[in-house]
Amino acid sequence: MTTDVMGAVFSPRGRTLPVVTVVAAILVLWYLLAIALNWSQVEAKLSAGGTPPAVSDVVAGTWAMDRPVLPAPHQVIAEFWKTTVEVSPSSKRSLVYHAWITASATMLGFAFGVILGMLLAAGIVHVRTLDRSLMPWIIASQTVPILAIAPMIIVILGSIGMVGLVPKAIISMYLCFFPVTIGMVKGLRSPDPLQIDLMRTYSATAWQVFWKLRMPASVPFLFASMKVAIAISLVGTIVGELPTGASGGIGARLLTGSYYGQTIQIWSALLMAAILGSVLVYAMGGIERLTLRRMGSRA
Amino acid sequence: MKGRFAAFLPLGFIASMCIIFSFWLPLGVYDDDVVFWKQFPAAFITMLVGLLGLAVAPYPIVRLVALLIAAAALIPLPTAELQMGLSASGFWLALIGVALFAWTVMADFAAMRRNRWRDILIPLLFGLLLVYLWQAIVVGFAVPAVLLPTPTAIAAAIGNGAATLADDFRQTFLKAVLAGFFLGNLIGFATALLADRIPFVQRGLLPLGNFASAVPIIGIAPIMVMWFGFGWESKTAVIVFMIFFPMLVNALAGLNAADRISLDLMRSYGASYGQTLLKLRLPMALPFLFNALKINSTLALIGAIVAEFFGSPTAGMGFRISVEAARMSLDMVWATIAVAAVAGSAFYGILALLERAFTFWHPSYRAQN
Repeated sequence: MTTDVMGAVFSPRGRTLPVVTVVAAILVLWYLLAIALNWSQVEAKLSAGGTPPAVSDVVAGTWAMDRPVLPAPHQVIAEFWKTTVEVSPSSKRSLVYHAWITASATMLGFAFGVILGMLLAAGIVHVRTLDRSLMPWIIASQTVPILAIAPMIIVILGSIGMVGLVPKAIISMYLCFFPVTIGMVKGLRSPDPLQIDLMRTYSATAWQVFWKLRMPASVPFLFASMKVAIAISLVGTIVGELPTGASGGIGARLLTGSYYGQTIQIWSALLMAAILGSVLVYAMGGIERLTLRRMGSRA
Repeated sequence: MKGRFAAFLPLGFIASMCIIFSFWLPLGVYDDDVVFWKQFPAAFITMLVGLLGLAVAPYPIVRLVALLIAAAALIPLPTAELQMGLSASGFWLALIGVALFAWTVMADFAAMRRNRWRDILIPLLFGLLLVYLWQAIVVGFAVPAVLLPTPTAIAAAIGNGAATLADDFRQTFLKAVLAGFFLGNLIGFATALLADRIPFVQRGLLPLGNFASAVPIIGIAPIMVMWFGFGWESKTAVIVFMIFFPMLVNALAGLNAADRISLDLMRSYGASYGQTLLKLRLPMALPFLFNALKINSTLALIGAIVAEFFGSPTAGMGFRISVEAARMSLDMVWATIAVAAVAGSAFYGILALLERAFTFWHPSYRAQN
């Protein structure tokens, strides 16, 4: 067992050792950058007494500032630990509280987006006029920086009394319907003509062809799209939270951090966003594997 | 079979009935008086001409012209004095009729053999229909301009604020986006070339690249604004971080796209690393590189605009959007969005044209012809 693990870690074709090395290199770079970027401030502060400070004191100082230009990794981890484990999750100072707000809006928007994307895909596959008229606009919608107007949409929806999760979810929906539609259209068209002909010899209705052939055939495509969609759904939610100010979420946390120069808070919020993003994508991957196994896929 | 049945489905008939019934229904309230089509003889005659053309003309082109005439008949009806809303049932019924006719015309064109003209015309018609309905509904229900301005108001804002919009465009697009796009892609590509030579680095970077796609990198915007100030440099930095990984991952995939046999052939020619790279592997990587460039063109514009929310000089698209949204002048916000949309689509379109010019030999293009 142990030898297996060791073999996996140190084998020339394994990925663990290279990844660990690259991550370690990034961490070392980070510490060096922290020294370089924070140097002048710390030096100015320490030499206030008149005597030039020792180099080791300045280096130690650059890794322990209150509001550093670039916080050292251990400061970020410490802040992250403090705001997740040591504070009760229901407190407004807890990152878990903010992450939960963001995650729930993300998942709501993702659900909206998947439903919208699937409906559009079903329409495009079955109605030729929709295929020819709508499809180019759906592709063009990707080149429009919708994310840029996210804060404005929040303000507008707020002015007609829509507050809370739903406005943020609408932005996420707008972002994540696109990959779902594209993937689903591809998936619904993936059954080969032989299978469609077979369904015709059974005199299956369009409804039956859809549910018994096209839908199951599209599932692998759907999951590939959903993994992309949930990641951009999170981005949409975070950007959507920027103008809502005090009402919470990772985006609001970023904004207050940037207003008050709390760099450590910004970085720990970023760390939380990164963790949240990867958890959502990996969870989607897990659901994908379970579903495909239940459907009898060999993959 | 199904298609044949659909041809008998009288969508055009329903549309005609909608318009004809509307002739007996009110178009709105004017000074406490209910008004009908007969108060608007010119519009009524225009509508009749359009309806006649739509109902009897056999050629799709003629029906298209008739559709435009019928649509034009509704345009002069909403005036400032006319109260519409739900009391204007005739107007809405006629509008539904026109929309249904628009659908039948699109269906006619969609049923014809594909060519370049129709591939442009059908989506164009669909877009026009959406703008037309948007205008009609916002005007008809008197939706306040702070919620949703009309397309004409947005067009007017583009005309009036052209100088401001041009300044914003220069600040955001010509400075931040282009610089960031160039730099980020270059760094990503250079890293890929480096990683390609050192397999150990490649195996370390690839999983990180996949991980990065799940991470909302745009969150570094406030930090970059703190580091590089309010100018365009901070936006460029955000863009570099955002587009680095898509370029890296795609370039690595592209550099590995050359197949074994071709590589062996190059080897048998005694080609050096540089020759193999230039003559075989880079051309094979082009489709992947263009894929990354197209993804990154969208990301770059988003990155610049969102970074401007965290601080910018008094120009820039993101700055304009947040300031004008705070002042509730939404027509200017939408004008900025329209500029951003056109700029983004043009950017993407240019890249797509370049892709076609450089990778015309690729199977994905050859298959189309």
